[in-house]
Amino acid sequence: MADTHKHGQDIAVRTERNWAFVAILIIVGLAGMAAFAGIHQATMPQAVVETIDPTRLHLGGEFVEANLGSAVEADGSVTVRAIGQQYSFTPACILVPAQTPVTIRATSADVVHGLLVQGTNINTMLVPGYVSVQSATFKAPGEHLMPCQEFCSVGHEGMWGKVKVVSKDEFLSAMSNKKRVSCAP
Amino acid sequence: MLHSRKLILAHFWLAFIAFGAALLLGAWQMFVRSPLSGWISNPEWYYRSLTAHGTVMGYVFPTLVAMGFGYAITESSLKQNLIGRRWAWAGFLLILMGSVVAMVPVSMGLASVLYTFYPPMIGNPLYYIGVVLVVVGSWIWVGLMSINLRIWKKAHPGEAVPLAMFANVAGSYLWAWTAVGAALELLLQIIPVSLGLKSTIDAGLARVFFSWTLHAIVYFWLMPTYIAYYTIVPRAIGGRLYSDTMGRISFILFLVVAMPIGIHHAFADPQVGAGFKFIHSAFTALVALPTLLTVFTICASVEIAARLRGGRGPFGWVTALPWKNPIMLAVAFSFVMLGFGGAGGLINMSYQLDTTIHNTQWITGHFHLIFGGAIVIMYFAIAYDLWPHLTGRSLGSEWLMRTQLWLWFIGMIITTFPWHYVGILGMPRRMAFFDYTSPALQPEALSVAISAFGGFILVISGFLFLAILYRGQFGERNEPGSYSFAQALHMPQKVPAALNGYALWVALMIGLTVTNYGYPILQLALRNDTSVPAVYVGVQ
Repeated sequence: MADTHKHGQDIAVRTERNWAFVAILIIVGLAGMAAFAGIHQATMPQAVVETIDPTRLHLGGEFVEANLGSAVEADGSVTVRAIGQQYSFTPACILVPAQTPVTIRATSADVVHGLLVQGTNINTMLVPGYVSVQSATFKAPGEHLMPCQEFCSVGHEGMWGKVKVVSKDEFLSAMSNKKRVSCAP
Repeated sequence: MLHSRKLILAHFWLAFIAFGAALLLGAWQMFVRSPLSGWISNPEWYYRSLTAHGTVMGYVFPTLVAMGFGYAITESSLKQNLIGRRWAWAGFLLILMGSVVAMVPVSMGLASVLYTFYPPMIGNPLYYIGVVLVVVGSWIWVGLMSINLRIWKKAHPGEAVPLAMFANVAGSYLWAWTAVGAALELLLQIIPVSLGLKSTIDAGLARVFFSWTLHAIVYFWLMPTYIAYYTIVPRAIGGRLYSDTMGRISFILFLVVAMPIGIHHAFADPQVGAGFKFIHSAFTALVALPTLLTVFTICASVEIAARLRGGRGPFGWVTALPWKNPIMLAVAFSFVMLGFGGAGGLINMSYQLDTTIHNTQWITGHFHLIFGGAIVIMYFAIAYDLWPHLTGRSLGSEWLMRTQLWLWFIGMIITTFPWHYVGILGMPRRMAFFDYTSPALQPEALSVAISAFGGFILVISGFLFLAILYRGQFGERNEPGSYSFAQALHMPQKVPAALNGYALWVALMIGLTVTNYGYPILQLALRNDTSVPAVYVGVQ
């Protein structure tokens, strides 16, 4: 009797150990996949923590009102600068070209907000005191809603912006003679 | 019969009454933001309700269940009367007082900041002080669990600590340590600003502190459920626990790796660098390990029960299970929801997939499925199993219990599946109103309406649960015998010291927290350019 007990226990332990091994393989595989996608496809969060004083955004620096919107860089890529505040985005409508690398730099002027562009992977928090940076390339022209995705007090449900993607040519003609452009009315 | 019955009943009743109230608020929120309802005239009511719902469901309800269950485990598994019962009552009263103190300003609209606080928004100080009282009350429980175990160990040198108690104390230590993050945020940052002693606050640092609490608190909610899987289910369905040792290893893994992973909640935050986000992402993968081990052990234990009842074949044994037994039904539903919820969790933990669904309705769907579904349905099972031992009366018809569990399961699936779907469409969270006439939001309307309907089913199920327990207080007198836990298939003769105590594991838990959180916290705390003006809410 004691022997069958011992035999049964040995089988139980062996089966259990095999499963633990499979479980560990799954875990290592998943972590490896995330590392591979991060490094190989360069889909990583912003590497550097940048700070900024939210009480002085309007007085100087890159987030003064005249500097908000889309700008063309020397290498042909586009940089978008935007601010979230209770309860709107500035600019309320962001204009970007299709098939062009876009870098979004954004921050908050008051409380925590979020910036999400529907139908894309653009999704970042706007924390007052810090600058959020995210890169993306829009495939095709079209319009996307851009809601604030973080509770920012009683007007949160009304904080919706828009992203308008146009063709490269259309974007460049909108850009002509201008340093910054947006589709806000 | 258990000795501290009144104490345990008080914890469960307060927990379930608070749960019922918060459930109603939740269903109202589902309704009011769906296309079934018109434009809410004052959106502030929605956020008030949301703050109350989150605070009760996150801080009050599961904490009281863990405490009441913990006292029951102490008396029944150690077979000794609870030591420090007066202290336990003091802890209970602190939680009752804290809940009232917190809910008064919330119901007056003076603290609509949600249970996640979100500084630099600052509400009435009484809200935060109430939450602190709730946590302090629960820390008394942590102390009592540790003291009771220590006294038992002295009287039983070299004996294996019963698995239920081993897990229960592990859960209490996990809670004690994970609550420290939010405590630091409240005591060092928010409360001084709320009292007007300071006017600026580092919102980024506050989010890091909160993430310290935010993930492991989920595992604290989960502990009673896992204890029920291991120590109630096999006994209730007439089987044996497959492995006592694997149970201990799983609970130790939760204790060690549930903590240093919270920054995955801050993947999209600008105040933490990429390196620590990756480290936390990898550790998050690790926390799936104890769940994978548990799923195996519990399925094997259930199979043992089926085969003892004459079940045959590789899968045919499933039909031999006692499906009329509410505990069997609850654990099956719980596993289905844990499966779907866990798969969603693996998506959330990887940075690349998370960007699609971060802070969308997907996340709300995810944690309602895991917490409201997989975890809470086992709270119901625990109450059903324990109630006759607390009241000395039989609980009445199992048919009603099965109906209640079915309704909860169906309601939760109908609520959370469409919720996940609209999240993928990019629907943001925590909004009092959506303009479904907008062509871009129209595809979401039907799903949100279905989801609200699921919420109504959950309300029916929740109140049926309360009614069953209430009726149980007046049922037929019945001596239920002593409360016992599942026997392992091979009872361990001797448990190695490492699997019978916590010193090494608590040291690892604290050590890993320091390595994974030390730098992100210090880096922000030492800077003097990150504090921003507070934005007071609820002031006219």
